[in-house]
Amino acid sequence: MSSAPPHEKPWGKRLAAGLVILYALVSIIPLIWIFLTGFKSPQDSISYPPKMVFSPTMEGYVNVFTTRTRQTPEYMETLPPPETWYDELVRSRSMVIAGPSKFGQRFLNSIIIGFGSTFLSVFLGTLAAYAFSRFKIPLKDDLMFFILSTRMMPPIAVAIPIFLMYRELGLADTHLGMILLYTAVNISLAVWLLKGFIDEIPREYEEAAMIDGYSRFQSFRKVVLPQATTGIAATAIFCLIFSWNEYAFALLLTSGTAQTAPPFIPTIIGEGGLDWPAVAAGATLFLVPIVFFTIMLRKHLLRGITFGAVRK
Amino acid sequence: MAEIQVSRLKKSFGEFVAVQDSSFTIQNGEFFVMLGPSGCGKTTTLRMIAGLELPTSGEIRLDQEEVTFLPASQRDIAFVFQLFALYPHMNVRKNLAFPLKCIGIPSSEIKQRVEEAARLLRIDHLLNRSVSGLSGGDRQRVALGRAIIRRPKAFLMDEPLGALDAEFRNLMCQELKGLHDRIEATTVYVTHDQLEAMAMSDRIAVMNHGVIEQLGTPSEIYNKPATMYVADFIGSPPMNLLTLPNSLEPGQTEITLPGEGCGTLRCPASTQGVQADNLVLGVRPEHLLPEQNGPLPGEISVVEYMGTTQILTIQTPYGQALSRVRSTHSFGEGQSVRLNFAAQRASLFDKSDGKALPTEVTHG
Repeated sequence: MSSAPPHEKPWGKRLAAGLVILYALVSIIPLIWIFLTGFKSPQDSISYPPKMVFSPTMEGYVNVFTTRTRQTPEYMETLPPPETWYDELVRSRSMVIAGPSKFGQRFLNSIIIGFGSTFLSVFLGTLAAYAFSRFKIPLKDDLMFFILSTRMMPPIAVAIPIFLMYRELGLADTHLGMILLYTAVNISLAVWLLKGFIDEIPREYEEAAMIDGYSRFQSFRKVVLPQATTGIAATAIFCLIFSWNEYAFALLLTSGTAQTAPPFIPTIIGEGGLDWPAVAAGATLFLVPIVFFTIMLRKHLLRGITFGAVRK
Repeated sequence: MAEIQVSRLKKSFGEFVAVQDSSFTIQNGEFFVMLGPSGCGKTTTLRMIAGLELPTSGEIRLDQEEVTFLPASQRDIAFVFQLFALYPHMNVRKNLAFPLKCIGIPSSEIKQRVEEAARLLRIDHLLNRSVSGLSGGDRQRVALGRAIIRRPKAFLMDEPLGALDAEFRNLMCQELKGLHDRIEATTVYVTHDQLEAMAMSDRIAVMNHGVIEQLGTPSEIYNKPATMYVADFIGSPPMNLLTLPNSLEPGQTEITLPGEGCGTLRCPASTQGVQADNLVLGVRPEHLLPEQNGPLPGEISVVEYMGTTQILTIQTPYGQALSRVRSTHSFGEGQSVRLNFAAQRASLFDKSDGKALPTEVTHG
């Protein structure tokens, strides 16, 4: 047989698929490296060439959540037998657990600030987008451009003024300060994205609801919002990804109470040598919420706007 | 049910005047149609009655109560949209129940009324279906159900059959008329389709460029058009409008045509005169018939066979005219004919303002 069977894919498609797979591999290798390193012992983590086969240990995860002190063998003898598996693991390195690390608290800060600012951006963004989409607003185009223009320079360019302003206002190193900052950065994206989605929803739906006896706001809540779910989910993911990963402002404006995970994780390196497994464990945990959040909203992203009830 | 009074209603969007100075009263229980081409202001007028658009000036009264600037939600009217606007995230039952939920009716009564309305519209087997899977006709029925369920003061319908296939349209047209007769609701219906308007309405308002050209029963509008616009818009084919070079004195009943081979036309006596070259004669194609010694000569240029009738296109000295005759007579292209019409069937217009001349003869 000289000709290819009809079900075989053409070469162009194969090439494209091959490129996509290659790109996916290149993207995922760092993630695999981080994930695996989290379960390596410190020796394995720095061995060259990198070990693909190793005996996994929870040491990295224990280290990221605890602070430890090195003790003399004589002192170790005097201790009662270890009560838990992580006590035992730490003692095998001639150390005892001195207490919990700040990782848990920093992680919680990330969640409060990340989700808080995402909620606020999407909430304000939806209301603003609805208003821009439906009402006659004087200078509407100029206002929309002004909102967009807040994104025209990198936010970090105004780091110094914001730093001084936050110090004066007492917002430095507070949850509220960080939520407001990330909301300010995200809101323009939220308004523009959501306006596009809301423009797509025919006005007849709200008009029908208002005829049916509902107020403008009730119509918005009961008829427009359920149909804007796709847009809201997409916008929320974009906003969360930005505020969750933001490093520069977090480093500059927070140091204790409100410090988020991104500036904290690198500081683990400094505590007792280069503890790569602990850094990798912290990074792995840091990825979990955003992956979870994205998967949770994926249903809304894929479902799309329900077509068909209004015939176009 | 209610009477709707509209007085001196005006709406402009910036420079553009969509509706100018309209006044009319819709009787309780009447099926009132606003007819006109797109952009004539009929939908804007309807939306102002609904409260979806606020007028620039004027007044709207619903059952004597002034509602001009009242929000749509407080007017107790129902609106059927051209594209139905069924809520896509709710099934049929929830769509029907939505207006009732708003006024806090107990759920047992809601259930009962939803089922009652669904039976009336023969959609009771669809109650638990998603609206996105329904056919055009069923969507239309759900939209109607959502309108009637609240038993509102009036129904406003914006080209509700416009989105349906032609075959469905006739059926829904009859259903709508039947529904109106059963519940005797005041209905304001907007359409650009004169057949729908003629078939369903008690009265029609013909609109053009934001002005009501004529308001009357279907037969008044057909037989006695108030303006040249209405004469040309209504009827298929429309009324013949021939511009004559004569002038007309009040009370004159005969017009002697000056052209070669032309005779004398008989026409209804008018109470108003017209200057020379402004006189327009209007005769419907079915009334302008070939006759042995008719006063108007012409030559047939096209013959269109329509079944029981045929339409002749005839070139006359005063312009092209159409004549609808029975198919039993045979006519050929190029044939010379003479045309005549009964005086009481003719309308006379003054070209300078496009309005019909008031005549003393009543049309049959």
